[in-house]
Amino acid sequence: MKKKFLAVIMAATMVLGLTACGAKEAAPAADAGAMIKVGIINNDPNESGYRTANDKDLKETFCEANGYEASFAYSLKNDEQITAAQKFIQDGVDYLLLSAADTAGWDSVLKDAQDAGIRVILFDRTIDADPSLYEASIVSDMAKEGQTAVDWLKGQGLSEYNIIHLQGVMGSAAQKGRSGALDDAVAADGWKLVTQQTAEWNAEKAQQIVQSVIDSGDSFNVIYAENDDMAKGAVAALDKANIAHGVGKDVIVMGFDCNKWALEELLAQNWNYDGQCNPFQSSYIDEIIKTLESGGTIAEKTVIMDEKGFDASTITQDDVDSYGI
Amino acid sequence: MQAQKTGKTKVSDYFGKLFGRQIFIPIAALLLLAIFNLIADPSFYKITYGFNSAGDPVLSGYLMTILDYGSELAILAIGMTLVTAASGGQDISVGAAIAISGSVVLRVLCGTNSRPETLQAPIIVAFLVSCVVAMLFGAFNGTLVAYFKIQPMVATLILFTAGRSIAAWINNNELPIISEPSFSYFGGFIPGIPIPTPFFIALACVLVMTLVLRFTNLGLYTQAVGINENSSRLNGLNPAFIKFLTFVILGLCVAVAALIKVSRLSSINYSVIAKDIEMDAILAVALGGNPLNGGKFNMTASILGAYVIQFLTTTLYKMNVSSDALSAYKAVVVIFLVVISAPVVRNGISDFWKKLKLKVRVKEAA
Repeated sequence: MKKKFLAVIMAATMVLGLTACGAKEAAPAADAGAMIKVGIINNDPNESGYRTANDKDLKETFCEANGYEASFAYSLKNDEQITAAQKFIQDGVDYLLLSAADTAGWDSVLKDAQDAGIRVILFDRTIDADPSLYEASIVSDMAKEGQTAVDWLKGQGLSEYNIIHLQGVMGSAAQKGRSGALDDAVAADGWKLVTQQTAEWNAEKAQQIVQSVIDSGDSFNVIYAENDDMAKGAVAALDKANIAHGVGKDVIVMGFDCNKWALEELLAQNWNYDGQCNPFQSSYIDEIIKTLESGGTIAEKTVIMDEKGFDASTITQDDVDSYGI
Repeated sequence: MQAQKTGKTKVSDYFGKLFGRQIFIPIAALLLLAIFNLIADPSFYKITYGFNSAGDPVLSGYLMTILDYGSELAILAIGMTLVTAASGGQDISVGAAIAISGSVVLRVLCGTNSRPETLQAPIIVAFLVSCVVAMLFGAFNGTLVAYFKIQPMVATLILFTAGRSIAAWINNNELPIISEPSFSYFGGFIPGIPIPTPFFIALACVLVMTLVLRFTNLGLYTQAVGINENSSRLNGLNPAFIKFLTFVILGLCVAVAALIKVSRLSSINYSVIAKDIEMDAILAVALGGNPLNGGKFNMTASILGAYVIQFLTTTLYKMNVSSDALSAYKAVVVIFLVVISAPVVRNGISDFWKKLKLKVRVKEAA
């Protein structure tokens, strides 16, 4: 009896797991007709708020109402993404949209796509392949994001800069771009890095790192966190130690990605700056596809998206609503 | 002369016994770290009394940080010790299970709105629901291990892989944030009490576990099953049920740890919350000198082991060790500790003291 009960529980739990997986698969639209078939390969939408917004944006643009028949495949692993690409090629899609997990290993599959007459558009991430293999790539310029933020920080005209630098996962494009700009400024302007640590995009780790600096008694007046989560963790540590942060306070808090909740922190003047990392590539992609379909050519192979930086003293509710992800 | 002699014998006796005792390893590790910090920078032990931004009194300093952040690990170590003792294997899905039950807490508190102005349910209700869910997942693991006889590490691999996706699915991929201040008490401070709440929660868990071990046969049965499943069955125990039970208890520990974790930031990030915590929990058990293939266990040693790990982490952060190199440093320390805690080495040391004692006796006789 007990065993039966357990078996039922286990079966129920397993079914729960199955539905969880099922929810992630998006069914392709049934009716084809004159629709443009696109195969979209993306990273797992659960990876971050950025990815969730990115996926939602793509789904909204590439829908039947807009004349698209879209199939989605998600993976954080390069080999699984390549397998998905091969499947899309066999399915005979018109366009392959790709946000690659890894930069290497795409040459042969993209060559297959080209031979099959499928046009490839990269978004969000670039790959190490011959540019002739894809039509366009729509990316963020992470170095520029970092530069915008550092320029803003320079503009604050503090008498001294003692910075806690919380880095993302080392070696990622976002980390390299955002760290690079700050490192240059530190070297050029004599700013001081109180600590420079990777918190791996993780709020808990950031909290511990900042806690450790507070415990050591070192003074600091800037927190440069390379994403919003880490800035949030840092602020949690500051609150615990009663260190005032935000506009006109002791410590300047900077984040990246423009999550909606982060922009609300800006609006409440608890943080000072948030740099945008634009996840809305779909309108750019849509435009490119329309141009190609009408027989036009694309002027620029690499499209760099507009990205803003928000200052807590000038941000408005409209900004939060339209740019928050 | 006489007095000196007995003194010597007593000392060597004492050391001999201490080296043989299981709790010696975490205590030695703790002392080693404590002495290292004392020499490197005595200000490590400075505790200051101040106020947090809500105006409540708080104690701060490295020691408080250790008590604070080591607590989740201590709670998990309790459950992990039991699972290890009974099943002779470890649960590697703890981190994913924390993501799930943390997600459940937020789901119940927020309802369908990810940014609620007011809580949709009392916190205690959310916590109880998450306890039930975490115990169900514990039961899932336990069933696979106890009744289907799957290797614990393989059985829990399922939840390890799927858990974080399930957690995201529970909240429709949204990242809820709770603005209610009372929710942050569990991972912060209760107004008026300057010691971090997680420490009290850990203390309560330890107390409950001590009482359970003292007044029920759980400890005895767990060890019996771990040492020899067949003979314990012949003695009228139900080994499968006891294994199953330890996984359910671990599930309860997971729910408590998850409450602290989500309360710390009043939010959750499914992919990184409690990342790699299962490894630290297993490490705490190993550091406590418990045999990882089951059998006898010492709960106090495991809990102490958990705080030693946090002590080490905090020390490394203080020394400004690059945080991505942290695990490498940890590994070095772990190798060292695990080698001393190996029965071969411990018996060797114990023998060495015995021989020393014998020599003293021989000298006396001569």
